[in-house]
Amino acid sequence: MISEAILNSYDFAFAPIPQDGAQDAGNSYLGILLRSIFVENILLAFFLGMCSYLAICKRVDSSLGLGLAVIFVLGLTVPLNWIIQTYILAPGALSWAGMPDSDLSYLQFLTFIATIAATVQIVEMAVDKFSPKLYATLGIFLPLIAVNCAILGSSMFMVERNYTFGESVVYGLGSGTGWLLAIVSMAAIRWKLRTANIPDPLKGLGITFITTGLIAMAFMTFSGI
Amino acid sequence: MTSIAAPETKKAPLFGEEEKRVILDPLLDQNPITLQVLGICSALAVTTRLDVSIVMGISVIAVMAMANVTISLLRNLIPSKIRIIVQLVVVSGAVIIVDQVLRAYAFDLAKQLGVFISLIITNCIVMGRLEAFAMQNPPWRSLLDGIGNGLGYAWIICVVGAFREVFGSGKLLGYEIIPDAMYEAGYVNNGLMVLAPGAFILLGVIVWVLRWIRGYTEN
Repeated sequence: MISEAILNSYDFAFAPIPQDGAQDAGNSYLGILLRSIFVENILLAFFLGMCSYLAICKRVDSSLGLGLAVIFVLGLTVPLNWIIQTYILAPGALSWAGMPDSDLSYLQFLTFIATIAATVQIVEMAVDKFSPKLYATLGIFLPLIAVNCAILGSSMFMVERNYTFGESVVYGLGSGTGWLLAIVSMAAIRWKLRTANIPDPLKGLGITFITTGLIAMAFMTFSGI
Repeated sequence: MTSIAAPETKKAPLFGEEEKRVILDPLLDQNPITLQVLGICSALAVTTRLDVSIVMGISVIAVMAMANVTISLLRNLIPSKIRIIVQLVVVSGAVIIVDQVLRAYAFDLAKQLGVFISLIITNCIVMGRLEAFAMQNPPWRSLLDGIGNGLGYAWIICVVGAFREVFGSGKLLGYEIIPDAMYEAGYVNNGLMVLAPGAFILLGVIVWVLRWIRGYTEN
């Protein structure tokens, strides 16, 4: 089922991104979405979120839960950090408050990680209160996410690439989806690998890396290299 | 890699047995990357060249030493409910210091490392050691633990970086390593090494070799 989904998305994604036109396509919302899911997959191209990926990818259902939680948190924190960056931290951003010379960008790391930790905490409490059913699926994964580097990394990339507000929403959701796609396909492969005859020292971490390398190679075809 | 590890091992006899164990264990027996499976993200992302790997390794050692000592000093004052937030704030502070120093003295390298310096904050080695060691141990030992784990991390990423640079671009620290005669004989640089899949596969093989040497098997 999963490999079918990947195959379908392959056909879908290949058409709108011509081999040398990734730059042109990169400016539209659809382009950003496809780029963040496939071409510049946050896990397979930038290696972000590896720790929780390696810890969780043994089972498909928990991978799906964590993946959904990552999409949720990324969709919230990237736009939130965009607002903070644009109106408080960037050089001259405080001109609306009468301080045009301000430059708080050195506080970026601290503010972003605090925003993420606080968002995760609030989301956890809100989900617990309003939807116990959803909490049962996502709840245990939320604390893990505060220290998932995919979350902080996406916010940093958002700043580095000068996205607008709309683009940052799309980028947040897209990179979350890319992460989900990577971890779920890896979990499915590991489920099959349980019965494979692998040399003892290669079991676990080693074979996971090599398989991830092969998946990353498959994802590279999206960029037409 | 041995050149980085050497000063610490020479000093080791000055410490007691316990201190020696704290600093040497993470290098091989309890290596954070290959055995504890921590801090993989940046291990792969920054290792396209050896010089970048070395700078990243040093940055991580500095951040871990600072954060471990600070948390260890504060360990009796931190309420356990908010300890994750406190740890994140302390680590961010240490990373901001390292980032500002790098921008001041090695701007080009800092630019190449880009967002990955900031991602030391969420590097699981740092958080993991704070949680597992600095919260229970006195500052001196925490400092050694931070340096030891930082070194264990640094030498692995330097090995990965060296392999990727030699096979990916035929250079090491910017100097040509592979002689022209080899290229004339038809040798071609392996472009895959510089890209993401090469990193994954190379690290997988390094983990395989190290675990084979130590006789470690995962269930």
